[in-house]
Amino acid sequence: MPAVRGDGMRGLAVFISDIRNCKSKEAEIKRINKELANIRGKFKGDKTLDGYQKKKYVCKLLFIFLLGHDIDFGHMEAVNLLSSNKYSEKQIGYLFISVLVNTNSELIKLIIQSIKNDLASRNPIHVNLALQCIANIGSREMAEAFGNEIPKLLVSGDTMDVVKQSAALCLLRLFRTSQEIIPGGEWTSRIIHLLNDQHMGVVTAATSLIDALVKKNPDEYKGCVSLAVSRLSRIVTASYTDLQDYTYYFVPAPWLSVKLLRLLQNYTPPAEDPGVRGRLNECLETILNKAQEPPKSKKVQHSNAKNAVLFEAISLIIHNDSEPNLLVRACNQLGQFLSNRETNLRYLALESMCHLATSEFSHEAVKKHQEVVILSMKMEKDVSVRQQAVDLLYAMCDKSNAEEIVQEMLNYLETADYSIREEMVLKVAILAEKYATDYTWYVDVILNLIRIAGDYVSEEVWYRVIQIVINRDEVQGYAAKTVFEALQAPACHENMVKVGGYILGEFGNLIAGDHRSSPSVQFQLLHSKYHLCSPMTRALLLSTYIKFINLFPEIRTHVQEVFKQHSNLRSADAELQQRASEYLQLSIIASSDVLATVLEEMPAFPERESSILAVLKKKKPGRVPENEIKEGKSPTPVTNHNNETTNSNNAVSSDLLGLSTPPIAQPGNTGVLLDVLGDIYGGKPNNSTPTSTTSNMYNPKKFVCKNNGVLFENDLIQIGVKSEFRQNLGRLGLFYGNKTTMPLHNFVPSLLWSEDQSSKLSMQMKPVEPTLEAGAQIQQMLNAECIDYYTDAPSLVITFVYNNMPQKFTLKLPLTINKFFEPTEMNGESFFARWKNLGSTNQQRSQKIFKASTPMDLQAARTKIMGFGMQLLDGIDPNPDNFVCAGIIHMRALQVGCLLRLEPNRNAQMYRLTVRSSKEPVSVEVCDLLADQF
Amino acid sequence: MQFMLLFSRQGKLRLQKWYNAHPDKLKKKITRELITTILTRKPKMCSFLEWRDLKIVYKRYASLYFCCAIEQNDNELLTLEIIHRYVELLDKYFGSVCELDIIFNFEKAYFILDELLLGGEIQETSKKTVLKAIASQDLLQEDEAVEGALRDIGLL
Repeated sequence: MPAVRGDGMRGLAVFISDIRNCKSKEAEIKRINKELANIRGKFKGDKTLDGYQKKKYVCKLLFIFLLGHDIDFGHMEAVNLLSSNKYSEKQIGYLFISVLVNTNSELIKLIIQSIKNDLASRNPIHVNLALQCIANIGSREMAEAFGNEIPKLLVSGDTMDVVKQSAALCLLRLFRTSQEIIPGGEWTSRIIHLLNDQHMGVVTAATSLIDALVKKNPDEYKGCVSLAVSRLSRIVTASYTDLQDYTYYFVPAPWLSVKLLRLLQNYTPPAEDPGVRGRLNECLETILNKAQEPPKSKKVQHSNAKNAVLFEAISLIIHNDSEPNLLVRACNQLGQFLSNRETNLRYLALESMCHLATSEFSHEAVKKHQEVVILSMKMEKDVSVRQQAVDLLYAMCDKSNAEEIVQEMLNYLETADYSIREEMVLKVAILAEKYATDYTWYVDVILNLIRIAGDYVSEEVWYRVIQIVINRDEVQGYAAKTVFEALQAPACHENMVKVGGYILGEFGNLIAGDHRSSPSVQFQLLHSKYHLCSPMTRALLLSTYIKFINLFPEIRTHVQEVFKQHSNLRSADAELQQRASEYLQLSIIASSDVLATVLEEMPAFPERESSILAVLKKKKPGRVPENEIKEGKSPTPVTNHNNETTNSNNAVSSDLLGLSTPPIAQPGNTGVLLDVLGDIYGGKPNNSTPTSTTSNMYNPKKFVCKNNGVLFENDLIQIGVKSEFRQNLGRLGLFYGNKTTMPLHNFVPSLLWSEDQSSKLSMQMKPVEPTLEAGAQIQQMLNAECIDYYTDAPSLVITFVYNNMPQKFTLKLPLTINKFFEPTEMNGESFFARWKNLGSTNQQRSQKIFKASTPMDLQAARTKIMGFGMQLLDGIDPNPDNFVCAGIIHMRALQVGCLLRLEPNRNAQMYRLTVRSSKEPVSVEVCDLLADQF
Repeated sequence: MQFMLLFSRQGKLRLQKWYNAHPDKLKKKITRELITTILTRKPKMCSFLEWRDLKIVYKRYASLYFCCAIEQNDNELLTLEIIHRYVELLDKYFGSVCELDIIFNFEKAYFILDELLLGGEIQETSKKTVLKAIASQDLLQEDEAVEGALRDIGLL
């Protein structure tokens, strides 16, 4: 048993020995339980215990607690010890309390009373015990009880140094629990002046307190800056013998130096006064110079203390970001550390360089060390150092070195530790997007990511590549080709199948010309992966297949075969079964024009910031990863410190328009597919606030050639329409969705259609409730009957009050006359016979010759014409590019037969559109309506 | 500093000092997690690691590991030297300290730590001053012990 000084407690030592001699865990527990029973008995017993015994038992309880057992008694005895007049008993009482008592204990009032007594003691050792207890467990109650007393102790001239030290840290603790306890006014200057105290221990403790106070109120404590710089200056110029015991392994007062350097980092710039700033820069230079001096000792303590000060000085230099010379010197110094033999130094140098990389003054200097950093990433034995190297590469990456850094990171990723892979994937994805000048490079990088580390590629990453490919025409063909090649690998990652499925479904046609990637090859390749994939990926593939039916009518039967297989019980997943059967029905029932509309190419995604960055930030809560060069701070004084960097990424929602659901279901974009499937309006309305960025969406022209979709959308409201027509009757469902978080009042839709026009197209609309609740959607039915031919279309006027602001929108309804077309099949002979017949007089025909408003795309033109309502007659016109159509417009009074011919001239990018019918106004209107579409 | 833990190579906790209030359950969880993490690290590895939103600084002295949790912008190297100074103080006080000294005199280890660090901040970096403070505590205790003994035998 080792010798014990002070007063040993024999009983305690015996007990500890017993525990150590226990051969098994069970024996130990048995011994402890016996002891607990014994102590409990003593505490409850009739015999009053003297102070020594109480102390001994309380100490035993403490030991048992430290072994990891719960202690649920003895607190009262410990509190009793506080009022003992024996120091040793008091001390144990305080120890038990600081280790075992929660701040919200019921005993806190008793404890506070004892502390009060001890604070009033004339013996400084007792006062210190009380202060230490407050500093250890300081609570709100204590702040209230001692908020007045302790500041006095701190600044009073009578207080002993050792008490002042404790008082400063005690006050710091109380300030952290309740900020209001620090008195202002004259106290401020007295507290600041502690920086001038003769006793180094007092200054060290006071600097911690002042640092916290400055953070709360930088302006009030501004006076500390010049004092801190002076103090720092005296330390860094001191020889190591000057400060006696405050020199640590030949480094003068390293703790105080570091604290002062930290304190100065609260101000930007740290010193407004040019004189003070000059002295500070001298200090920083001296520290940098000293780093170059040969070490005064070989001990690691010497180098650690010296470098601790150096790193803190570099932090301050980076914080100031105003002295190019110091920044570059700091960078060179850290560069030397990169090849130091101490792992700790290499780690810290990499970390610190990350910050230097974000300064415009030192960014280039950091880049010089790229090779060493790449080596660190590959060769370091310690994963945490490798991680720092990765962070630094990320921070130093810019346009000039992006390709090389990304390539090196990709190479390393193949063997990288599992713990850092996910983060690396995010970083590579961000850099590749940010610095891509050529998006084929970007596509290559992301597909490589999936190949190398597919498991670590999160949704955000593969969503993003799809977003970008869809938005950039120039890369679509390349993406289709590359992903097709990647899918040919015998074992390819499921994420590759997802990306592949999505991209081929959209752009497979771009590579279908090559027989090696013909439609059926693409389909078979994708389908060969189907059975290996999770239900979510399978669902995505089914959507790809239905898109294939539209892109490649020639493989329709193969695809339908697959749908058939999966639409029954063979497909255990209900979602897949439903999807397969719905797609199958769609492909059977819908006419090719409906299919073409439904399965239209995805519209471009709204440009927005990548959500990957947000994910990366979430992963690293403590440290925000940076790849952003800040502008240097001007050396001219700017008051107030500013630590907040604007973080626009938080606002970015992390999903990508719900790609995880069927990829073609895009409420708010086209909305068309789900209309057909009949559940779009069951979907939740978008909850964006009225100030969000959704731009108004209203394009009535689009509805000439389609019947369903979102008619209008802005931040407040979404209006969808679904319509059906039979003969001369039409039925419209209007869906009003409130996108806001407030109800829309006085909600009244009404029709704008003159009486005269109403005699040609009559409409009845059912009224709706006047209040549209927040987030709710209501439906309104409208019946229309075409009586006679008319031009234009009726408008819908919607008025409501949002947030006390009246709102009004006027929208054209999709009720143009072509809606009452019935398609008519006819053969070439009868078509041209009729065509000639109707063309005999000018009154019956209308013709327009016009320039194509968008690049000529005959496939798209075909889709539009089919949506227009007439029968497209293939193979009649001698010129295969020409479209000819026939249809009958049904009205109550009469029917008007209509023929149409559209002749595209690719060379001139012009169209000639001719419409012939028995009624001239009809010809003109039909011609106008359709000509507007190209 | 948020907390300091001392534990043995066998993973036994020898001392714990928390500068922020946490429920006991959480303390146990943190302790277990850190002990496992640190014990699996190899000797040549870096003494710092990122852990949750804190930084862990640790160092091994003979059979004992000293582990501190500090905030993001605290100085890692200097934290290593806080640990070293604490070890020096223990060494001076016990005379070539070993794990057993800390087990049998855990309360002393606490008292010494309280003189060095208070509320998680460095209070007194001078070795002499700290040792003097501890010595005067001991003196007080010894006086009291003598006084007690004298009273027991009826001399006072």
